[in-house]
This record gives sequence, C-alpha cells and structure tokens, in this order.
Amino acid sequence: MKLNRRKFIKRALITVASVEAFFLLKGSVNKINTSSGTAELFNAGKATAFENNKLYPFLTGQFFLKRFEDGGFLAMSIKCTHLGCIVNTNSKTGGFNCPCHASQFDKYGEVVSAPATRPLDYFPITIEKGELLIDTKKPIKRSSFDKSQLTYA
Amino acid sequence: MKETKTVSSIEKFILHLHPYKIDSRATKFNRTFGLGGVCALLFIILSITGLLLRFSYIPTVEHAYDSILGLKNNTIFGQFIRNLHHLSGKLMVVVSFLHLLRVYFSQSIFHKRSENWIYGLLMMFLVIASSFTGYLLPWDQLAYWAVTVITQIFEYIPFIGHSLAYAIRGSETVDGNTLLNFYTLHTGIIPLLFIVLMVMHFWLVRKAGGIALPKKEEQDFVDIVPNLVSKEIMVACIVIAGLFLTAAFYDAPLLDQANPLKSPNPSKAPWYFLGAQELLLHLHPFFGAVVIPFATGIFFLGLPFYKYDKINIGVWFNSPLGKKMTIQSSLIAFVFTFILIYLFEHFLHFDLWLASWPSVISTGLIPFLFYIVPVAIYLLFWNKKHKANRTELIMACTSIILSSYICMLLISLLFRGEGMLMIF
Repeated sequence: MKLNRRKFIKRALITVASVEAFFLLKGSVNKINTSSGTAELFNAGKATAFENNKLYPFLTGQFFLKRFEDGGFLAMSIKCTHLGCIVNTNSKTGGFNCPCHASQFDKYGEVVSAPATRPLDYFPITIEKGELLIDTKKPIKRSSFDKSQLTYA
Repeated sequence: MKETKTVSSIEKFILHLHPYKIDSRATKFNRTFGLGGVCALLFIILSITGLLLRFSYIPTVEHAYDSILGLKNNTIFGQFIRNLHHLSGKLMVVVSFLHLLRVYFSQSIFHKRSENWIYGLLMMFLVIASSFTGYLLPWDQLAYWAVTVITQIFEYIPFIGHSLAYAIRGSETVDGNTLLNFYTLHTGIIPLLFIVLMVMHFWLVRKAGGIALPKKEEQDFVDIVPNLVSKEIMVACIVIAGLFLTAAFYDAPLLDQANPLKSPNPSKAPWYFLGAQELLLHLHPFFGAVVIPFATGIFFLGLPFYKYDKINIGVWFNSPLGKKMTIQSSLIAFVFTFILIYLFEHFLHFDLWLASWPSVISTGLIPFLFYIVPVAIYLLFWNKKHKANRTELIMACTSIILSSYICMLLISLLFRGEGMLMIF
C-alpha cells in the first residue's frame, strides 16, 4: 500500500480526532466519583471490645473484622475475588466459602481452593482514640497474607 | 408520474428489500429458513413492546423493581407485554445465532459478501449487548448477580480490565449508575445502532445480488409477489402466533428485589454467557477471559478472508467431505468437551497437585493443552487420511469451537446446582 503525504496527513488527522473524541465522550459519560474526596470512615467501635481470635461480620460496611491471636486486626472484604459474590463464613475451618463457584479461603483470606486466584481484599484500618476506623471505599488487592497487613491497637 | 395506481409508494419502498424477480431457488424455505427475516421481525416486536414498557419503567434503584410489580398488577396486559418482550429477546439471541450458522455453513460470506459478514457479527454483538443490558433492568436478584458476575469477568482483562468494567458499571460495584448506563444503552443507543447496521446489512445483501446460490447454467426467474412474499408473511404469522401463545402462558421470571448483601446460590450469568462462565471455572482467567475469547473473536472476524483452496459459494458445507467433517467434528467436540469437563471436575486437580507452580501454568496452560492437543491431532488426521483441504479444515475448526461452547453452556445451565458443583 502506497502512503503519500496527502494520505498520511488525512489519516493522522483522523487518528487525532478519534482520540480526542474518545476522551471527550469518556469524560462526558463519566459520573462524579463519590468515593473520592473526603470519604467517611466506617467506625467499628472500641478496639478493646473485640476479643482475640474472633471474627466479627459487618455486613453494612461490607467487611469481616478479624482479630488474630496476637491482637492484630484485619478487615477483609466480603466480596469473593473470583466473580464478586458475597462469601459466607465457614465455622468449621474459620475461613470463608463462596456460594457461587465454590472458592474457599482460610482465616487470613488466602485461597484454599480455586477458582479464585488471589486472597480476599482488605481495607486499611486506622485507630483514633481507641476506636477502629475502617476505610471501606479503598479495598487493597494483595497476592498473599503477611503481618504488615495487620493493625495493632 | 406514469406508475400504475395499484402500487402505492409505501409498497414500492418495502419492495426495495427485494428485486421484482428472483431466482426460483432463492424462494425455497430451506435455503434460508427465513432466519434473517425472523430477526428483523423480532426487532420490530421488541421495539414496539419496549416502547410500551418504557411508559411504566423507572430506572432507579428505589423504583425499578416496584415499577415492574406495578406493570404486572396495574397495567392492562402489562405482564403480557413484558412476557412478549422477554421471549422475543430470548428468541432473538437464538435466531440470530442460527442465522450466523446458516450463512457460514452455506458458504455465503466470501468475496463481495465478506463485508456483510462483519456487519452481521457486529449485529450479533449488539444482540448480546442489548440482551445483557436488558437483563439488569428488572433489578431482581437474578439480574443483579448475573451482571455482577459478568462485569467481574471483564476485570480479568489485563491493563484495561478495571477501567473497562468501571466504565460499563459507572461505579465500583453494580448500583444506580449501572442501572442508568444500562437503561440508556438498552433503550437508546443500541436500538439506534441496530437501525443503522440493519440498513447497511439489507443494502449489502441486495448489492451482492440477493442471497447466495450455487452457480447454475440455466436460471429460472419468478416474481417475488406472491412466490417469496407469501412465504415471508406465512413465517412471520407463525412466529407471531407462537410468541403470543407462549407469552399468554409463560411468565417472564422475576425473583426477589436485588440484595447486594446476599448472593443466591448458585449465581449464574445470563444463559448465553454460561459457556464463558463455565470456561472460567476450569481455566485461569488469563486463558479463560483473555486468550480464548480474543482468539475466537479474531478467528470469526477473519473467516471470510483466509486463503482458501476452493470455495463453492452457496453450497452447503462446501463439499460432501465438508458435510461429513462438520457433522462428525461437531459431535466429537461436544462429547469430548463433556468428558473433559467431567474429568476436570472429579479427577484432574492440577491446582492441588501442582500447587507450587504458578497458577497460570497449573490451571491455565495445562488444561488448555489438554483440549487443544487432541483437537489438533484430530484435524491432522482428517488432513492426512482424507486429504481434507483448508476450506474444510477451517470449517471443522469453526464447528468444534461452536459445538464446545454449546456443550459448556448446556452443562452450566442444566448440570450445575448449588455452589456451581456438578449434580452428578
């Protein structure tokens, strides 16, 4: 195919115009992102109210709050990382089971059984005046569990 | 103006769809099975019922579900119109798929018809898209979780996955923004695109000289009125009667109002996407959501453009060998896919056996090879033993892909119960 100057300029203009049109359209259909800005944190209450080695479900905040043996807190998302269903607690193993496609997670949220490929997301926790504040708007993806994800009172 | 008074301009306009005279072979029902025409008819039924539904539907999270209940209880024939829309939508997916099969296997997509194949594929995509966007609108548990599952599949596409899913949902999760997006697409943008593409599609069929027919020395031309038009009207009447009768007795499903905190068990995608969901149960998302869908898409778009040895336009399956290969490969692919899925479900647990390997290999590449290697050997066997040429081999590939998808769809639809586990 021969590309002369005329054709080249024409195609270049079309390309630039398409890119511009794409961004204009994308911008005009986008809605205001309510999660940005001053997001309210979810207040789970006094840190001392939670016992070690227990799991507290917060369905309204869409997370499970787990306090481990050493007193560390981890707020895990209730959404399965496979296709977004809501996982159930498994009282036998202390972990979580997904009702949709049978993924299983252990108590740290790590995958025990496929099809899920990564552990449950977790939310950052801050502690102010002894109260647990969970940022439920910002799920953090992880590839495995490690101690740095825990928050201590 | 010298026209005879019997033909009004409306009639003449409609007759633009057909020439005055056509080859008598083109009027045979089993040449096209009237599938394209039925699609156009369904589009009209869907437009009319859809417009009526728009008068009572409210696209907000608070009111969507209640407006459906209101339609059911307070509108005359409300439930009937909704049933008709639901059934026509379902039928549209099936009929347009069959239409795709018909044009492909009767070898009607080559040379001057190749451009129209692309338009046809675009419309197939729009059929799926309109069905999928309409799926969310009742805002019941079925709708909410099916859309959640599908938009979550998009997230697996590398680099652009999240922003694509975000653009579709208009939000991080399925919520009011998603409902508004889907409503706009379903009742505005997609129907408009349909009209544009349909006009192009029809015009290109006319330009190619009507439907594809095998070459023949002597052609016998007949008037389209009444030879073709009467048959078209008959098919249309049968379809409409069938739809009305079914809509009178079969109610479109409506579960409880959507509850984002409770996933039903199992949560299934819309039925035509179940094959894709099944694939994702067995394959790592890199293969299940990226490699295979994209490769298949490109394969289908390219179908008219590969270098073929010998094309017999308008001849079903190209040749007797092609017919034999198509039927046999479809059956074998169906059975093979079924057996393979059964084995992966109950016996072959590579994710546990090879737990130390990266999951892309243990649950991606290995199951993928389990499927692709036997298929390649099978095709090689046809090539060596029966001297199948490229045309026939590519046709066998198409049959294998389609048959496997249908098999996965049926397994997921019929044989998967609680926790998406197989019921046997």
